[in-house]
Amino acid sequence: MSDKREIDPVTGQETTGHEWDGIRELDTPMPRWWLWTFYATIAWSVAYMIAMPAIPLVSDYTKGVLGYSQRESVRMDIAEAREAQSGLRSRIEEASLEEILDVADLREFAVAGGQSAFAVNCSQCHGSGGAGAPGYPNLNDDAWVWGGSLERIHEIIRVGIRSEHPDTLFNEMPAFLKDELLPRDQVDDVVEYVLAISGQDHEVESADRGRGVFLEQCAACHMESGKGDRELGAPNLTDAIWLYGGDRESIWNTVADPRNGVMPNWDDKLDPVTRKQLAIYVHQLGGGE
Amino acid sequence: MPEGADMTDTGSRSRVETVDVAPVNKKENRSLYKKREKIYPKRAQGGFRKFKWFVMAVTLTIYYVTPWLRWDRGPNAPDQAVLIDLPGRRFYFFFIEIWPQEVFFIAGLLILAAMVLFLTAATVGRAWCGYSCPQTVWTDLFIAVERFWEGDRNARMRLDRAPASVGKFGKKLGKHISWLLIAVATGGAWVFYFADAPTLASELFALDAQFAAYVWIGILTAFTYVFGGFMREQVCTYMCPWPRIQAALADEDTLIVNYNVERGEPRGSHKAGESWEGRGDCVDCNQCVAVCPMGIDIRDGQQIECISCALCIDACNGVMEKVGRPPNLIGYSTLNMADQDARGETPRFRMFRGRTVLYAGMIALVGAIMLYALLTRSVMDIGVQHQRNPLFTTLSDGSIRNAYTVRITNKLHEDRTFRLRVEGLAGADVRRIGGDAGLPVFRVGPDTIESYRVFVTSPGPDVPASRDLEFVIEDLANGNTAITDSSFKGPQR
Repeated sequence: MSDKREIDPVTGQETTGHEWDGIRELDTPMPRWWLWTFYATIAWSVAYMIAMPAIPLVSDYTKGVLGYSQRESVRMDIAEAREAQSGLRSRIEEASLEEILDVADLREFAVAGGQSAFAVNCSQCHGSGGAGAPGYPNLNDDAWVWGGSLERIHEIIRVGIRSEHPDTLFNEMPAFLKDELLPRDQVDDVVEYVLAISGQDHEVESADRGRGVFLEQCAACHMESGKGDRELGAPNLTDAIWLYGGDRESIWNTVADPRNGVMPNWDDKLDPVTRKQLAIYVHQLGGGE
Repeated sequence: MPEGADMTDTGSRSRVETVDVAPVNKKENRSLYKKREKIYPKRAQGGFRKFKWFVMAVTLTIYYVTPWLRWDRGPNAPDQAVLIDLPGRRFYFFFIEIWPQEVFFIAGLLILAAMVLFLTAATVGRAWCGYSCPQTVWTDLFIAVERFWEGDRNARMRLDRAPASVGKFGKKLGKHISWLLIAVATGGAWVFYFADAPTLASELFALDAQFAAYVWIGILTAFTYVFGGFMREQVCTYMCPWPRIQAALADEDTLIVNYNVERGEPRGSHKAGESWEGRGDCVDCNQCVAVCPMGIDIRDGQQIECISCALCIDACNGVMEKVGRPPNLIGYSTLNMADQDARGETPRFRMFRGRTVLYAGMIALVGAIMLYALLTRSVMDIGVQHQRNPLFTTLSDGSIRNAYTVRITNKLHEDRTFRLRVEGLAGADVRRIGGDAGLPVFRVGPDTIESYRVFVTSPGPDVPASRDLEFVIEDLANGNTAITDSSFKGPQR
């Protein structure tokens, strides 16, 4: 290294004065256009900080003279999207559920909106695909405790089941063992009987004894055939679909100490258009009647 | 000593003008630290010049006229012969119509083009660079315009040296306006490939076209103007990768523009009537340098700057004719031919070599594959997506139902009706959501893809956790089918 300015004989350019194994580096100035671009970016950044929100303060930030806000911009985008949808939304509000199903653009809009609302409000219990979970019904299948017509689905969404709504659908499965309505051996028998009518492996003698218990205690709601009653919200016990599980242990638990789950009402939480969209969406999942 | 040097001296019939010109891009003259020196190519006359005018006319005509050609495809499709329909996701080329998923046709076309370029490069050398590369064609056009306004080489040099005047300003203004008009026309023609040309043309003039159209015209205008008017040979020498690739493709049997050293040297000026005894045919008039658009001296041998435009051949042949010597002192030749010539053998051009045969074979192969793919291109397609959430649904009778999204593609420009069936699950119930029993029938509009949700239900509860299914659509009009694979899921047991 040396402090002396050196001129490279080939190019006539100054060198940096550094030398590595006989190799020296030319001290080539930055291209003029490059420098000016650099200065321009500095000027731009200063102007940008003045014009736009930039510097974080303790509990606030500098707003910038142009008054731009990302939140405001999102709010306007949403308002604009709502405005664009307003025609469809008002038509859905006025149309009956059947009419929505019949008109292609209304149906598509309802399904899309319903899907979105379902993901936000319903998927926590029913699953993002509506496949349900033990205690939360599968909305894709063809078994409905309270009925699967478009009107019925719409009504359930509005008032809920065992909810706080005054018009809520309500019933209660008694806790036969917990409340000592039946002795344990009769609970065992009736469970075998339910296994029998749903076509599963069971103890024949016990099931025969259980039949009497069933007719006495259960048939009022579940009917003598065990096929249930949708008006009462009594599930069909002869099919392959079980809300709380269909094996011996699950059925026993249900008879002994039922859970009586709650579907919340959405009357005041969702607007009528969204509820209609949800009903259409759930109806077309595969089980709609 | 070249042959015939000892023959009777005919003498120069007329004086040959010796040009005072330095090959600015000659290796020794060119320093990387130097600014570009302007080249003033002199007008050349001769066969190759005529051929270049011809190629220019053909290529420019193809470029400007193609978007205006019409091709009737029926009522549901555009009638432009060559159209890249970006919003509609279609590429039309006369009788060919390509969808985005068939972009491999474009890839095949590019491969084919590359192969053809390789073959040309191996046989006739840089014919692409010298005659048909857009950079060459437009630069040639721009130089012609420049010559129209400012005159030939000497006049242009005088004009540039002259002090500012109204006349000089007028000439320069005329030149630049002409250049810009050509550039705008070039950019304008480009956008016509992407929209219906007559419609877009009227929109453009009414200032009513899409903003993107003006942006692209602006970009193409700028590039044409700058590349053709100012950068010229620098594009070839510094920006284009092709000269480097070219070097790997050429061999000693590739045609190049070659100065016959044996015959030409020792060079020197020659007065009419002087003997040609003991000297070369080159009269050192520098005409070959003056006409060179690349600013090199072909007598220095092969150089990466040389685009093989052959204008020096024309220039030299003109001189040879004047001085009464045989033509092609500078001419198309190969390195082998030059050697054979030097040894006194008859030069032979070897067209068929390993690499040219290989390239030709590959071109034939790729071309055949492309042709086969094109002729057997399907005009219907089915895609099936198995619904994953839920994977399956148990119904109240215990049977298992799977849901699918079926996408049917109709590539014809007419309505078609397809029937869907499923193979691999005996007794399965197939139906559209909300539809009646029986195999579903779909009516798909012209040139569209439609999606449908379809349910497949097993006849009973006993299904394996997974089994393969085939979805088949059948065109009811002609019985043609398209098939795709999917699977049917059931509970784990």
